[in-house]
Amino acid sequence: MKPFAFARPADAAEAVATVATEPRAVFLAGGTNLVDHLKLGVARPDLVVDVRRLTSREITDTADGGLRIGAAVTNSELAADRRVRERYPVLAQALLAGATGQLRNLATTGGNPLQRTRCVYFQDVSTPCNKREPGSGCSAVGGYTRYHAILGTSAALPDPTAPETCIATHPSDMAVALAVLDAQVQVLGPAGARTIPFAELHRLPGDDPSRDTVLEHGELITAIDLPPLPAGARSAYRKVRDRASYAFALVSVAAVVADGEVRLALGGVAHKPWRASRAEEALRGGPVADDAVRHAMDVELTTAQPQPGVDGGNGFKIPLVTRTVVATVRDLTQETQA
Amino acid sequence: MDADITLTVDGAQQRLTVDTRTTLLDALRERIGNTSPKKGCDHGQCGACTVLLDGDRALSCLALAVAHDGAEITTADGLAADGELHPVQQAFLERDAFQCGYCTPGQVCSAVGVLDEVRRGWPSHASQDLTADPELSHDEVAERMSGNLCRCGAYANIVPAVRQAGGVQA
Repeated sequence: MKPFAFARPADAAEAVATVATEPRAVFLAGGTNLVDHLKLGVARPDLVVDVRRLTSREITDTADGGLRIGAAVTNSELAADRRVRERYPVLAQALLAGATGQLRNLATTGGNPLQRTRCVYFQDVSTPCNKREPGSGCSAVGGYTRYHAILGTSAALPDPTAPETCIATHPSDMAVALAVLDAQVQVLGPAGARTIPFAELHRLPGDDPSRDTVLEHGELITAIDLPPLPAGARSAYRKVRDRASYAFALVSVAAVVADGEVRLALGGVAHKPWRASRAEEALRGGPVADDAVRHAMDVELTTAQPQPGVDGGNGFKIPLVTRTVVATVRDLTQETQA
Repeated sequence: MDADITLTVDGAQQRLTVDTRTTLLDALRERIGNTSPKKGCDHGQCGACTVLLDGDRALSCLALAVAHDGAEITTADGLAADGELHPVQQAFLERDAFQCGYCTPGQVCSAVGVLDEVRRGWPSHASQDLTADPELSHDEVAERMSGNLCRCGAYANIVPAVRQAGGVQA
């Protein structure tokens, strides 16, 4: 591990100023992903700035009937919060579907959405990776693609040598739920505070796969706000994985069903939590029977680009994610009628 | 680059100077000489390094020691107060819940954390009703212990041991 200096500033503003003035500085919160990256050589900072005790560890009711979650609230605390379990089951279920008890006790609200892809090539510093070493190429294309993206990739048939190629997926379960809940991200940066709609926090690889989010260097997440759901809304998170527990999603679905409205976000299919806006539009105001949901997913997946791979590729995700959405929406609508 | 930190480990205060790169696991094992938490994968995937960190179970291999200056840590070694085994340790013995024993200190610390989390009413992925108080069913224990791997495959006895320690009659 490369040597680094360690700082624990007095408050969040000082932490932001410290990181902003040092190009090779990083924030440390729970550390569950960053400390591993320090060991692997994926992250090579000169300065590590500890913010674990500098943001709120409280969950508070907001005036509009929603919740504000301090960035230091752990994933365990958030999943166990009575209000989250009762009002936002999709979020509690997503958190509980991720990682393990030991990890959720460390992982934070601000850190979880900023965890990085588990693409094996990204984590292996001996292989080319445009996300880790911009311009070095993409080892995933034509390699092991079981956990890789089918939506929003940089090109229809990615060129493994092109500098923009990246077919990585975002690994967070929590982030998929936050995407469907229209959460708002409170950020403190060198230029002051700003609010980012959660759906706009993460980015597609575009021409720079090294950037996972729109956050500028030195910007720190201080809280995440959940707006209230419509009266009578039901929500759920469903995850499909290779093991019954402690595995990343092959595909996952976060869904909210309310009167005349279905909201869907997908995990394990793209570089960011994928809000299925086309499917939502196709379902707006209409029936939500299985056939309608299946058709809506066909619409959503018209641009899907399954990747071939030495492991058989990831074309299985197209029927898998469709069936998972159909089953999740069916469960929620039957619950509503019951 | 070095930093001075203080840790309370199994009730004893320890002052030490550590390289900032030192994990809590390496500080415990290599600096303090407490070899109860084990280094399995060193990447947060196996659970052998699990300790109670300020009361909650956590992976000591993914925690930087310098970031936990002032923390109170309990290892499996510190659970046996005055030589009397903790109920979880006793249940592991009675239920034959280990073979080689390498993962056991992590399993035991994790189980102590699980029982506390269940007492606090925390749900898990295995909970049918998110808002109900969880029960120590087989599925609940298996899900909550999924971060602790056992290469000997002693799971068939680990789950009953955890349930027994939690007061389930079986």
